[in-house]
Amino acid sequence: MEAVSGKVNPPYLILDRVSKRFGETIAADGVSIELSRGQVLALLGPSGSGKTTTLRLLAGFETPDSGRIVVDGEDVTRFPPAARRFGMVFQHYALFPHLDVGENIAFGLESLGVKGEALRGRIAESLRQVELEGYERRRVGELSGGQQQRVALARAIAPEPRVLLLDEPLSNLDPTLRERTRREIRGVIERVGITTVIVTHEQDEAFDLGQIVAVLRAGRVEQVGSPDQLYSQPANPFVARFVGRSSALEVAVMEQGPTHTVIGVADGAWRLPFAASLPAGAKALLVARPEAMRLGVPGNGAVTGRVVERRFTGATAYYTVQLSDGRSIEVEGLPEAARPDTVVGVEPGERGLHLFPAG
Amino acid sequence: MSPSNSRSRLGALGLLLLVGWLVVYPLILVLTESVHSPQGWTLAYVQRFVSEPREWHVLWNSVWISVASVALCALIGIPLAFLFEWFTFPGRRVLGALVALPVVLPPLVGVVAFLFLYGETGFAARLVQAVFGLEEAPWRLQGAWAILLVHAYSMYVYFYLLTRAGLARLDPAMLEAAASLGAGRWRLMRRVVVPLLAPSLLGAALLTFMTALASFSAPYIFGGGFRVMPTQIVFTRLNGEYGMAMVQTVALSLVALAGLWFLRGSAGQAGTRGQKGTAPERRHIESPAVRVAATVGGWVFAVLLLLPHLTLLLLSFVPIGTWTTQLLPPAYTTSNYTALFSEPERLRPLVNSLWMASGSTLVALAIALAAGLLVVRRRSQLGPALEAALGLPWVVPGTVFAIALATMFSVHAPLAGRVVLIGTVWLLPLAYLVRNLPISSRSILAGFRALDPSLDEAAASLGAGRWRSLWRVTLPLLRPAIAAGATLAFVTGLGDFVTSVVLYTYDTRPLSLEILSSLRQGDVGIAAAYGVLLMVLSAVVFVLGSDRPAVSG
Repeated sequence: MEAVSGKVNPPYLILDRVSKRFGETIAADGVSIELSRGQVLALLGPSGSGKTTTLRLLAGFETPDSGRIVVDGEDVTRFPPAARRFGMVFQHYALFPHLDVGENIAFGLESLGVKGEALRGRIAESLRQVELEGYERRRVGELSGGQQQRVALARAIAPEPRVLLLDEPLSNLDPTLRERTRREIRGVIERVGITTVIVTHEQDEAFDLGQIVAVLRAGRVEQVGSPDQLYSQPANPFVARFVGRSSALEVAVMEQGPTHTVIGVADGAWRLPFAASLPAGAKALLVARPEAMRLGVPGNGAVTGRVVERRFTGATAYYTVQLSDGRSIEVEGLPEAARPDTVVGVEPGERGLHLFPAG
Repeated sequence: MSPSNSRSRLGALGLLLLVGWLVVYPLILVLTESVHSPQGWTLAYVQRFVSEPREWHVLWNSVWISVASVALCALIGIPLAFLFEWFTFPGRRVLGALVALPVVLPPLVGVVAFLFLYGETGFAARLVQAVFGLEEAPWRLQGAWAILLVHAYSMYVYFYLLTRAGLARLDPAMLEAAASLGAGRWRLMRRVVVPLLAPSLLGAALLTFMTALASFSAPYIFGGGFRVMPTQIVFTRLNGEYGMAMVQTVALSLVALAGLWFLRGSAGQAGTRGQKGTAPERRHIESPAVRVAATVGGWVFAVLLLLPHLTLLLLSFVPIGTWTTQLLPPAYTTSNYTALFSEPERLRPLVNSLWMASGSTLVALAIALAAGLLVVRRRSQLGPALEAALGLPWVVPGTVFAIALATMFSVHAPLAGRVVLIGTVWLLPLAYLVRNLPISSRSILAGFRALDPSLDEAAASLGAGRWRSLWRVTLPLLRPAIAAGATLAFVTGLGDFVTSVVLYTYDTRPLSLEILSSLRQGDVGIAAAYGVLLMVLSAVVFVLGSDRPAVSG
């Protein structure tokens, strides 16, 4: 690419207002995301949010109705999959059952014309990267799920693709294997240093694997940012509720100060340590992380409630507190902070509180 | 992707035109010829058919023979399937496979073997004659009952195989659930097993009905004065009454379509497939008496089944004219076989059948693969039409197609898509091809549907172009489906009689016709040797075609 851009990190992969419609449903609605070379993007969203469609548009299995896909300065929007040099790991791996492990990995290399000794070397190298040295002549059916996953990864990266695409890479593994395989995938991506897009509906996976996470809903990008940004500065209630644990309460703004906001909650009021651009009297939606709330003593004008459930996780416990108006909020506290069926006061902490206009 | 889209649309249109020309067009011509005489449009043939009680009688014969065949085959095949699928007894495996044997044998061979065993001068008749010292043969194997007997013998296998497959798919948990809900054996059968088996049973009934309706060899050889529509059509045509033959052909097709509609309509959508888990455990027969009875019954049945073919084998080693009144042949020879291979005139039918069967199979496979790519892969809009056209030759009896093709290719009118092929070597292989289309395309389309589409996408994302992806991924994975389709198509072509008898020429005479003409000339040994050859070839092809290591994964 010519040095057109003066930026330090010119975007390597660009999705520019990409849209795709299947009959009545809009699977991708003006999706725009930019990635620098070597960055890892996680597409996160509930099922039907369009994340898999976006991945398939990137791979070239679907062609967008409008918009552009650019990689390394080259517009590949209309390229067939075979001409894109994108590597893909499929949800069910799609290993060729009639070929052995080595032949599976050779498949993409042969497309590039790699032959003989060089081919064998590249296959061995790819297997080494996923820690399956010497597995060349194994049959695909003999491998465990985790091993198949790694062979699929090795096959995808062997031809040194420009972009690596992973479709729900961990969804087929049992929970005990997930953690380990996730670490392995992260290790391989870091070692190879490849620009990567991962589709997942698990927030843990997205946060662990993605340097950048895009939250999708109904074909639209709700927010793009680092995991920290998404958690601490959610752009809207959907992102706030979808990412991380939280409770949401409809509240009324009572007072708007320069550095604080007072809201009315149930039988009392909370003073939030930030200014919201909402006028007094406006309805608002409060999204509160459990760790943003504290248990206190009832009375003295505090918001009070009754502990209806306590879930103990070890270092802390989560308390579900039913407020006087019947609504509930989740509060994190010390394991011995309260017992079920006792009346407690609930008050806000310093961080992890988000106030959005109601609607 | 739009240029490739329009290319696939063009491909689908081209293929549909080709298949339509081969399959639909001849039938349309038959329909028009039935109301058309050299003088112009006419309803004379139709009126003659309608007003002739004999025609109605023949049509009725076709219908009742087919219905009776279904009933008889169900009576034999279903209990047999339960016996072999649910119970264990000594020899179950071997017998279970032997019982399925008729499915691989060409119909004519079965009929001829039957003739040799149970016919007037057959082995069984001789035995009875010798035992009781009778002057004349104790029976004549002729007429409706003979046809029914042959049908039952060769078609029960549809009920047997489909019922067994249905039973094997039954979810054992379902049976256990019913039992734990307090259902006794009969209630279990009536309320759970039979409803779940219904699709298999209806499928078998349909297959049997269509095969019996189209059956030609048995009525042709055993019918005597008893006519059914397929034989009637051929005789009418031999008498030169072409217009009448067309009307009869249309009538037979209508009965076939009605049968299809009736049985498909009642089949519904109840599905038993897709269940995971193990097959229900086979019950060991507890009572020693019942066990002995089951074992003996199984063996007797298998021997009864194999006896005609063993007779054929025996006869193929008997020199001409030496076996007259004795119980067993007095002399044996291999000269019948050497004659087949050393006399060019006798070798000719074998060569003919081999090239015509393989050529038609290869073309049918190519068409089926193209159809698979267009219908399943590219999801062509013309897919349903293409699939229906490919399946049509299965619905329409072979005699109908033979007549239709003979009609279509007897006129030189290239602009109307017609050329004279009658009397050339090309008509018969073309007829085999038409008959092979449903067989090969059904198997290959099912194979395409079972393929995981992401395998193809994986190949594409790994840089493989369309041809490499087809050659390296799709075709290898389709190998079992291709082998199954090719095997059935080849064996059908190799043993074909029903279309051959209408369309053959001296230069293209196939094995089946040669068997018949040897028989007419009294060369029983030669006819038997041809029959054995046909049997062995079919069996070998079947073993080669089915012996595939299943791809794991």
